[in-house]
Amino acid sequence: MTVLCVVEADEGGLADSSRRVLAFARGLAGSSGENLAAALFGPAAGVPAGELGECGVPDGYAIDSAELTGYAPLAWARALSGLAASLPATAVVAAGTDRGSELMAHLAAITGQPMAANCVSAARDEAGGCRLVRHRWAGSLLEDATLDAPVAVLTVAVDAVAPTPAGAPAVTAVHAVEPELEPGDLRVRATESATRGTGISLATARVVVGGGRGVGGPEGFAPLEELAGLLGAAVGVSRVVTSQGWRPHTQQVGQTGTRITPELYLACGISGAIQHMAGCLGAKHIVAINTDAGAPIISRAEYAVIGDLSEVIPALIAGIRQHNDKS
Amino acid sequence: MDILVCVKRVPMVGGRIAVTPDGQDVDTRMSGFTVSPHEECAVEEAVQLTQRLGGTVTVLTLGPPEAADQLRDMLALGASHARLLETDGREWGPMATADAIADAARRDGPYDLLLFGNEAADTGDYQVPVRVAHALGLPCVTGIKHLEVDGGGARARREYRGNEEVFDIPLPAVVSVKEGINLPRYPSLPGRLRAKRAAIDTGHPPWHGEGLRKDGLRVPAQEQRQAQLLGSGVEAVPALVALLDELGVLR
Repeated sequence: MTVLCVVEADEGGLADSSRRVLAFARGLAGSSGENLAAALFGPAAGVPAGELGECGVPDGYAIDSAELTGYAPLAWARALSGLAASLPATAVVAAGTDRGSELMAHLAAITGQPMAANCVSAARDEAGGCRLVRHRWAGSLLEDATLDAPVAVLTVAVDAVAPTPAGAPAVTAVHAVEPELEPGDLRVRATESATRGTGISLATARVVVGGGRGVGGPEGFAPLEELAGLLGAAVGVSRVVTSQGWRPHTQQVGQTGTRITPELYLACGISGAIQHMAGCLGAKHIVAINTDAGAPIISRAEYAVIGDLSEVIPALIAGIRQHNDKS
Repeated sequence: MDILVCVKRVPMVGGRIAVTPDGQDVDTRMSGFTVSPHEECAVEEAVQLTQRLGGTVTVLTLGPPEAADQLRDMLALGASHARLLETDGREWGPMATADAIADAARRDGPYDLLLFGNEAADTGDYQVPVRVAHALGLPCVTGIKHLEVDGGGARARREYRGNEEVFDIPLPAVVSVKEGINLPRYPSLPGRLRAKRAAIDTGHPPWHGEGLRKDGLRVPAQEQRQAQLLGSGVEAVPALVALLDELGVLR
C-alpha cells in the first residue's frame, strides 16, 4: 500500500512545491504505516534521488517514453493511473499548482474517484477513510472533511505546508516506467514552451512591494517602483488596481492572481480584502502602510505604519539610501 | 459559434469572512452575491468571440433560485441565453455538478466551446471543467490566459512556472480561463434592461452524494492577530528602516 506523490525537478533539483507535497504525504503515510513513493516525468537519469532520499522517499518512478515528450495533461494522468494501479496506490498526491490540479482532476475523472483539492493535512481514520483539512476561499477558511474512496486523489495547498525534510532519510531506488497510453490521450499537448519575461518573478521574489487603491492611480506607482528597485523587490498589486487598468494583471497578488511567498511583503495602500490576502499566505512577514488604522490589513499584518503613502514612501526611500550609504 | 459558459453564485466577501454558528456555511447575512472574477472573464471572452465570429453565448449556473440574479448579471454583459439548473439549497459536490452540466450540454447543445472559470471562488475544487470534458469526450485545457479561435480549432496559452505553454486544440473543446485573459466590460444600460426581461430556462437536475463530505468550516487561527504599530507618518520611517534591516532585506 503506497502513497504516490507526483513531483517535479529541473536543473535546480527537486521543485520547492514537490518538497512540500512530500512533507504533506509523509503525514498521511505515517498515519497508516504506508509506503511513500514519488513519480516524475522524464528519464530515470533526471530523478534527483539524493533529494528524494532527504524527503524520506524509498522509491522513485521515472515515467518516460518516446511518445511522452513535453507536457500532455491527459496522457500524463493516464500514465499516473497505470502506475497507481500497479503499486497499488491508496492515495495519489500532487501540488495544488495549475499543473498538479489539472493532472489530479484528469486522474480523478479517468478513475471515477472523488478529488479533494488544496489539502493542508490528511490522516487515515479507523474506517480507512481520510480525514482532511483543506482550503476554502483560497485559504481564508478551512474545511474539515472526510474522504471515502478506494484511492484518495489529493492536491496540496503548497503555500500552507512547510518543505521540511524527513526525520528519517531514505535511500531512493529509481525505477523506470513505460506508460501505456490510449488513443486520443495526446490530443492535447503543449506544443511550445517559451521562457518569457526577465527580471524578478513575483511568485519567487524574496521581497514584494505591494500597491493598492491607496496608491491613487497609475502615476502613483513610480515611487513604489523606485522602492522595489532599492530592495531588489518585485512589485505586486491588488485586484482593484488591475481591474482599473492601472497595472497589468500579471502583477496581481491574490486569489485570482499570483500567490507570493516572500520573506517580506510590504503592503502599501492595500485594504486587505480576502481576495488579496489569499495570495499572501506564504509571506513570512507582512508590513502594512495604510492611512486607515481600521483596515483589515492591520489585523493581518505583523507590523504597521499609519500614514499617507505620498509622504511615507519618499521618506522610506531616503531612509534606505542613507542606511545603504553608511554600510 | 455557439458557446456555453458556466458560472457559480458565491458570496461577495470583502475584508472579512465569517462562518454560520453551525459551522456549515459562510455567513451571508451581510453580503451580496457575485460570480468569480475568472468566470466573469469567461463570459467576456465568449461575448468577444461571438461578436467577432457570430453565434450565441449561453450562460449556465447550478444553484438556488436566487442564482438567476447572477445569470441576469451575465446577460447584461452580453450573453444571449441563460439556463438555471435549480437546486434545493443542498451543497453540490464537483462530481454531481459536472454530471448535471454535462447532461445539460448534451441536451441543449451541441456547443463549439464550453468555457469555465479556472476554479470556483468558494470551494476551489479545480475539477468540474475536466470532469465535464471527460463526460462529453472533449479535449480540455485549463488555466488559460490567452485564447485565439479560428475555424475548427483554438490556440490556448497559459503560464507555468514563469514559462508560457501553448496548446493547439480541435473544437469543440472545454477551456477554463483565468482572470487577466481580458478586462471585462461594465454592463450597459440597454444590456441591463434586456437582462431584466430575459427568459431564464430552468431545469431540476438530480443530486447525488459523493466520496468527499464536508464536516465543517472554520476561520484559521492566524486571522485574529493585530499588527504592532511602528508609528504614524514619516516619524515611523526610522523604525521601519531598522525593521527592514533586522529582517535582512536591506543590501
